Amino acid sequence: MNNPQQTYTHKARHSIMWRLHLDTPLIIGLLVLLGYGLIVLYSAGSENFALVERQIIRLGLAFGVMIFMAQIPPRILAAWALPLYVISVLLLVGVMFFGVTGKGAQRWLDLGLFRFQPSELVKLALPMMLAWYLNERHLPPTNKDLFIIALLIIVPTYLIFKQPDLGTSLLIAASGVFVLILAGISWKIVTWLAIAGASFAPIAWNFLLRDYQRDRINIFLNPELDPLGKGYHIIQSKIAIGSGGYYGKGWLNGTQSQLEFLPERHTDFIFSVLGEELGFFGVFILLLMYGFIIGRGLFIGVQAQDTFGRLLAGAITLTFFVYLFVNIGMVIGLLPVVGLPLPLFSYGGTAMVTMMASMGMLMSIHTHRRLHST
Amino acid sequence: MAKRQTIKNHIQETNLYRSRSLVVSLIIIFMLFILLARVGYLQVLMYQDYRTLSNQNRIKIVPLPPNRGLIYDRNNVILAENRSVFSLEIIPERVKNIDLVLEDIQQVLTKITDDHIDDFKQRLKSSRRFEQVTLFSGLDDIDKALIAVNLHKYPGVSIEARIQRYYPFGETMVHMLGYVGRINDRELATIDSDNYRATRHIGKVGLEKFYEDQLHGKIGYQEIETDVRGRVLRVLKRKDPVPGKDLYLNIDSRLQLEASRLMSNKRGVIVATDPNNGHVLALVSAPGYDPNPFVSGISTTAYNKLLASPDRPLFNRALRGQYAPASTVKPMLGLLGLEKGIVSASTRIWDIGYFQLKEGERRYRDWRPEGHGWVTMKTAIRDSCDTYFYEMALNLGIDNISKGMETFGFGDYTGIDMGEEVPALMPNRGWKQATENMPWFPGETVIIGIGQGYWTATPLQIVNATAAIANDGYIYPLSIAYAMGNDGVKEALSIDTLKHPVFNFKPENMQLIQDGMRSVNQFRGSAFGAFKGANFTSAGKSGTAQLATIAQDEEYDEEKVAERLRDNALFVAYAPFEKPQITVAVIAENLGGGSRHAAPLARQILEYYLELNDKDE
Repeated sequence: MNNPQQTYTHKARHSIMWRLHLDTPLIIGLLVLLGYGLIVLYSAGSENFALVERQIIRLGLAFGVMIFMAQIPPRILAAWALPLYVISVLLLVGVMFFGVTGKGAQRWLDLGLFRFQPSELVKLALPMMLAWYLNERHLPPTNKDLFIIALLIIVPTYLIFKQPDLGTSLLIAASGVFVLILAGISWKIVTWLAIAGASFAPIAWNFLLRDYQRDRINIFLNPELDPLGKGYHIIQSKIAIGSGGYYGKGWLNGTQSQLEFLPERHTDFIFSVLGEELGFFGVFILLLMYGFIIGRGLFIGVQAQDTFGRLLAGAITLTFFVYLFVNIGMVIGLLPVVGLPLPLFSYGGTAMVTMMASMGMLMSIHTHRRLHST
Repeated sequence: MAKRQTIKNHIQETNLYRSRSLVVSLIIIFMLFILLARVGYLQVLMYQDYRTLSNQNRIKIVPLPPNRGLIYDRNNVILAENRSVFSLEIIPERVKNIDLVLEDIQQVLTKITDDHIDDFKQRLKSSRRFEQVTLFSGLDDIDKALIAVNLHKYPGVSIEARIQRYYPFGETMVHMLGYVGRINDRELATIDSDNYRATRHIGKVGLEKFYEDQLHGKIGYQEIETDVRGRVLRVLKRKDPVPGKDLYLNIDSRLQLEASRLMSNKRGVIVATDPNNGHVLALVSAPGYDPNPFVSGISTTAYNKLLASPDRPLFNRALRGQYAPASTVKPMLGLLGLEKGIVSASTRIWDIGYFQLKEGERRYRDWRPEGHGWVTMKTAIRDSCDTYFYEMALNLGIDNISKGMETFGFGDYTGIDMGEEVPALMPNRGWKQATENMPWFPGETVIIGIGQGYWTATPLQIVNATAAIANDGYIYPLSIAYAMGNDGVKEALSIDTLKHPVFNFKPENMQLIQDGMRSVNQFRGSAFGAFKGANFTSAGKSGTAQLATIAQDEEYDEEKVAERLRDNALFVAYAPFEKPQITVAVIAENLGGGSRHAAPLARQILEYYLELNDKDE
């Protein structure tokens, strides 16, 4: 009873943060990351303060959502899982028929006052659904469970893929697979999945991908094909990052970024601005911050008291990781351009709110643990 | 054993999760390391290479805007062109004290009002600091000279030449052509931003909006080499933009101008079409407004003035005006009555000046208080007898009427290539139940018989229904444009040109209706005065739509009724009678009787067009 871990927890339980169901280390990690993001955004947005201002307002809103989510105990999240999943799949079907087309893709539902992107809701609903489903069952899951889970993953993934939104659909599929790995599915099956995925690629290439998606992959392999569009983005992005060196060219002094060589530099390509202006050092700091948040998320998962909390925490954390890995990978030329923002860093609203909502769920899982010790 | 399996093994599951978490953590660390290694490779190992590339990165890709397609009328008269305009541009980053500079410029160029400054500041907020922001567009030679001599004092201020849309015919065509304006945030979200990177304008309404994709063209680019300061040294590579396609219209600009002249100082619509194919020859909604200020960015004051005007110049009456069609629909109703056997050519009624559902009940009055005496279908159309149609409509019933009139295009889109059209309303029982939760009353059918009550129609529907009579019962979708293409090569547009027959009828019934309409203009009918001395044959029908409700025994007195509540004057006509070439609908708001106020305008349109055709041949 006297071990230091216990005393720490006890002390923590009486703090204000704990009563607000907020996790202090995670909040600090998020604030530092978001602050860092704003500094880079100011430079990436060509010193346009109005842009930063709008981002701050969004952050405020996202923080509100996070705090709200943190108040909801995991058992209620579990109770919501099925209805939320069903609603979000129905909304995706709705988008197919009544969606508003923007930039060539049908992703939004026009609700009069604002536009709503149901694929954002799926990002929360799918991990919740899988965690809830597996919570009721033995782990590792049986073959029947695996089949049902596969269906639960494939339906929304396919609907989002059809919009078409390749980036988000891959992300959602990945988060589903991660839940399975954490749930203890045997490595043999994981290997088979990987092989199946690899052999599925040529089928997808020929039958499922749209022309522009195929173009993107071609361009990734050979950027010179499209000097004005995405290929140009990758070339310019690599030059920007590479020319940053150890310590960068200095904040607001990136020649690539400021002279407009870099496209979409305040959204998807904000990492290049960071790389150019703050150098390897700045990148290292960013990865440390991300690493800290991921580490805390995994820790929360391990500390969780039931399967639902464990799996949900793990899924949220891993989705967050995939998100940043895909974005950075694309910007530094490791992965094709799929159009995902850098989480909690890029300019933009919807994805930010969803991400912070999931952070709120992490906090809820951690701060609603029961007091008994085992 | 079986029982034990149903109990979850918490300790085992926790351990499983822990071990999996550990593996996953290791994978994540490994992958983060890959990212770091790749960045390190770029930034540390390849640093010299990329540094050199970056220093030499003087190769800039400059997007080139495509030229917007021009718009021509049927005789290749240009209706929308591109002109180079000179504008005063400011790069905020390069100006130290922007307020001071603005004040100075205002003194040099007094044309620039405080409104311009306000609008400029508004735009400044949403633009990037190193990009040009327009202060004033449309500098003339004197302005240019005035600015040019002072330019050295203001770094960051420059005069730029741009290609901009210009509408030579100004307000006379605006409700047909529409206009282009600066792209706003909402539009930005729906367009292909790559293709619009160099474009500043987009079609906002009318044809400019409907044919935006084709008119816009495809972006081109230029690879240029610059020096360290960004000055252009040479062009390395150029991919020319693909200009937008020119649009060719069925509109005859001469007729359009004539119609616009006839409608000056009036409110209303003139639409003329070719009944043989649905081509729109002229489309005027009055009053109009000059679209050109909208292109360069209209000032808030000027825009508010347009918005506040009681004449509603921004409102496109031809597409969106929902008018009671009044007696202009008597020919179509008459045909329906004959076809359904409610009346025949020889049916006579005795008109005493009003119609009643029952003795002693409300009187539905004829426009001629003393009545028309003995009336047949033909004379009922000729003299626009209301009583005849009250009775016939009641016997037809609302179900027959709404179904029959729908085949004439009422209550539906005419399919015109403009996109802002409204379907107006052809009422029926279901509609009334749904909107007012009330059954349909017979009295409501009675006034439907003279095109009033719930029935509303757009001028486009009215002209197209008349065209269907002229065209022996066939209706075409309306079309303004007929071809697109570059350098004078015209590719026909694949628009829906299928004609649809109206309900089945006997040819002799159609003949009777057409004869009735001819007698309106030619044989002592209601528009005999307006068409007196015409050197062409024609058929027509007047309409007078009541806006004010008159009490049972009160006379309608034009002088007493407030101007905005006076009757709308309507007239539809086609000519020549034997082989129609043109159908016209005139709607003049608050002018009074149709045969007196709208028919003369319709005659002038028909006359003008037939003369033009003779001259052209």
